[in-house]
Amino acid sequence: MGRARTIARRTFLVGSAAIAGGVAFGVWRHATPYPNPLLRDLPEGAAALTPYVRITDQAITLITPRADVGQGAVSVQAMLIAEELDVDPAQVETEFGPPDRAYWNTALASEAVPFRATDRGWLAETARDVMGAPMKFLGMQITGGSTTVPDGWEKLRRAGAVARETLKEAAARAHGVTRDALRTGNGAVILPDGTRLSYQSLAAAAAGTEPVTDAALREPAQWRLVGKPMRRVDIVAKSTGTQAYGIDEDQPGMLHAAIRLNPAQGGALRAYDARKAEAMRGVERIVELPGGVGVIADNTWRAMQAAQAIECDWAPAPYPAGMEGHWQALSDSFTPDRQDSRLRDEGDAEAALEGGADVEVDYRAPYLAHAPLEPLNATVRYTPGRTDIRTGTQVPRFVQENAASITGQDSGDVHVHVRAAGGSFGHRLEDEVVRHATRLAMAVPGRPVKLTYRREEDMGREFPRQIAMARGRGRVAGGRVAALDLGIAMPSVLSSQMGRQAIPAPGPDLQIVAGAWDQPFAIPDYRVTGYRAPELAPVSSWRSVGASTNGFFHDCLLDELIHAAGADPLEERLRLCDHAPSRAVLEAVGEMSGWGGAMGAGEGRGVAYCLSFGVPCAQVAEVRDTGAGLRIARVYVAAEVGRIVDPVNFEAQMQGGVVWGLGHAMHGQITYAGGAAEQRNFDTFRAMRLHECPEIFVRGLENDDRIRGIGEPPVPPAAPALANAIFAATGQRLREMPFDRQVSFAA
Amino acid sequence: MRLTVNGTEHALGDLEPEMPLLWALRDVLGISGPKYGCGIAQCGACTVHVDGQAVRSCQLAVGDVRGAVTTIEGLGTPDDPHPVQAAWIEAQVAQCGYCQSGQIMQAASLLAGVPDPTDRDIDDAMSGNLCRCGTYPRIRAAVKAAAKAMREGA
Repeated sequence: MGRARTIARRTFLVGSAAIAGGVAFGVWRHATPYPNPLLRDLPEGAAALTPYVRITDQAITLITPRADVGQGAVSVQAMLIAEELDVDPAQVETEFGPPDRAYWNTALASEAVPFRATDRGWLAETARDVMGAPMKFLGMQITGGSTTVPDGWEKLRRAGAVARETLKEAAARAHGVTRDALRTGNGAVILPDGTRLSYQSLAAAAAGTEPVTDAALREPAQWRLVGKPMRRVDIVAKSTGTQAYGIDEDQPGMLHAAIRLNPAQGGALRAYDARKAEAMRGVERIVELPGGVGVIADNTWRAMQAAQAIECDWAPAPYPAGMEGHWQALSDSFTPDRQDSRLRDEGDAEAALEGGADVEVDYRAPYLAHAPLEPLNATVRYTPGRTDIRTGTQVPRFVQENAASITGQDSGDVHVHVRAAGGSFGHRLEDEVVRHATRLAMAVPGRPVKLTYRREEDMGREFPRQIAMARGRGRVAGGRVAALDLGIAMPSVLSSQMGRQAIPAPGPDLQIVAGAWDQPFAIPDYRVTGYRAPELAPVSSWRSVGASTNGFFHDCLLDELIHAAGADPLEERLRLCDHAPSRAVLEAVGEMSGWGGAMGAGEGRGVAYCLSFGVPCAQVAEVRDTGAGLRIARVYVAAEVGRIVDPVNFEAQMQGGVVWGLGHAMHGQITYAGGAAEQRNFDTFRAMRLHECPEIFVRGLENDDRIRGIGEPPVPPAAPALANAIFAATGQRLREMPFDRQVSFAA
Repeated sequence: MRLTVNGTEHALGDLEPEMPLLWALRDVLGISGPKYGCGIAQCGACTVHVDGQAVRSCQLAVGDVRGAVTTIEGLGTPDDPHPVQAAWIEAQVAQCGYCQSGQIMQAASLLAGVPDPTDRDIDDAMSGNLCRCGTYPRIRAAVKAAAKAMREGA
């Protein structure tokens, strides 16, 4: 089906749904672009040809509205625009752009529909299209869900093409030639006689030219950048200490702030005594905040020292004080009235298991901190007429709206300047730090205030990864897996997170079963049930979200059943798998790892597979028992992403995802005692260190027709690959993370 | 109190001697390459050199500094990077990059004393530097590449 017919079909389908749903205005907006935000404050003689390209007589600037939290989002967005615009990403400016509805994220919708990513049927595709409209209508300018590449893949290249053709049109008119007689290259329109007209020199003329919107995208054979190794635009700055992060903000007259918050999330501040803090050197102001106290001082260290000196009386947490209460709540949630979804129900699992199960096991996964290395921070300058916010965030529009509701200003008077972030992993989907910084700044109008969280405040006030529990059982017959029944209980991340933004999240939360219900296996009796536990500690999206726990539950249960059947772990997964791209990633790691080859004494190999965010990913881990603890020697990882836009960053994200998944499975947990997190810094919240890092061999496959992101999918298979390898090496099954509570790893 | 940083001597007036060197650098002198990550010497993001030795500036009181301080800014520049920085750029180590100032300072200190480090030497020297993005495979490769370049350039 051609492109034009695809568009017509989608428009028609959305229109149909709109009539039933009564959202005609939304549908109209769906078909109409938002106004270009770059046209506001545009200097004379400058052109903003699309929301993604701004050209002045001095500079070409590419707008990359998805936040760069280390995943290379700026570089890949710049690459996609530059591919069609014919500029060198290293030779132009990049900018995050303002918070604006125009930068909505369409691709987020694909994770919000109750269809397996492998389902390309009419109904599934329709639902994805229809969900795209509210994403746009709400102006969901969010970085997350491994969507930057899928969302920008066409949008950004088209933006580059529109800008290029409009510049050519301006040049054509000025020189009395037709547009198709012109070429472009390295930031210039080239006349038939070879004369180069820089884009900057054409900015004023292009500003007066109606945009040329029918530009066709180039064919893959013409690509200069896409698919080739790219040098990140920030790599020199990040290797020389010259990259500025939010925490490095330095404004004239700036004050520094620190904060002391109730370590029991959501608990109130009953009373405080700041007399000692007030007398400390450099302290300018003590400000009471919701659930805590802030100190404004003349430098960060003095502010932190003073905040520590405040005596506080805290109200208790609104959730169980200790872990036994949290686990009990999960354990009590496997009931019909807490059932949230049963999207996978093939054959008759109940009948198949009536006579008893061959495997019947429980699994647990703890709360986890995101703990990016740059602690939360925000710099805010408030005046009655205008507020400026500088911070690293994945949700600039939420930041803007929430700050405006605190200052009482129109959101247009709140200016958010997004900064590079020192990691996130979902941490910067929350904006509590900005709300506190805004309140602090309002105490000293006209003075910029930089609030920096102490690590202990940052980790103690985490909105952590969800805690989760699973109950699995199954049957084997004739050397094969015959029945698999998995129930998963967790609190809803979606309702906890959206609740803090006052956005309703009706219906089942698909993240409760993501990475489990949607796996492409043909098991005769196969059932996955999600149970919504009551709200416990407030939780938030953590790199790979629901699949971070469920990939572990589902694949480990499958592995146990395969062993019970006496089958080969890789062969039986391949036999059960009914999705060709997924079979290919399993075959790839089998080949890469020499699956089936001999292992030494005390060595073991484990395979795992998980499909998440539309990406099938398989891993093989090799573990050796050194006698002084387990060592992960090697990991082989393969994923199918449709197209690899930058092989250098692809490898980095795959390796980083594996390290993330392994390190937390080995060591990570947040536990509560007295309502407060017991891990508040990296001495107790342990992460993978260099000496524990295996060799990681990466392969990307490009068999599928749909392009996908790679930030999250390598995470879910890492923990089960390690658990399955430890079983192969030692005979010990690990069903609860972190594993270091049950086995020791080599120091 | 006086402090020499990257070859420049600074007067620090009556600054509290117990203030960590990290905050004196960042908030008093405006040198922001060394990063705050944990404040308890668990992450290494604040690593600087004092007379060539890698130290955690979050745990060293500014009043106790006896020697010349070098930060990432003094190691090399974008136009003239130190061989370790050049290797980091070539290998494209950084993701978020926040830990990398500390990683590079730690690696430069290692290679100044051990020109041809084994994997074990690299483990021992670098395991105090935390990277949450998981760039460890490229850190290891870049340390080896820098070592080779420095040996061949010497």
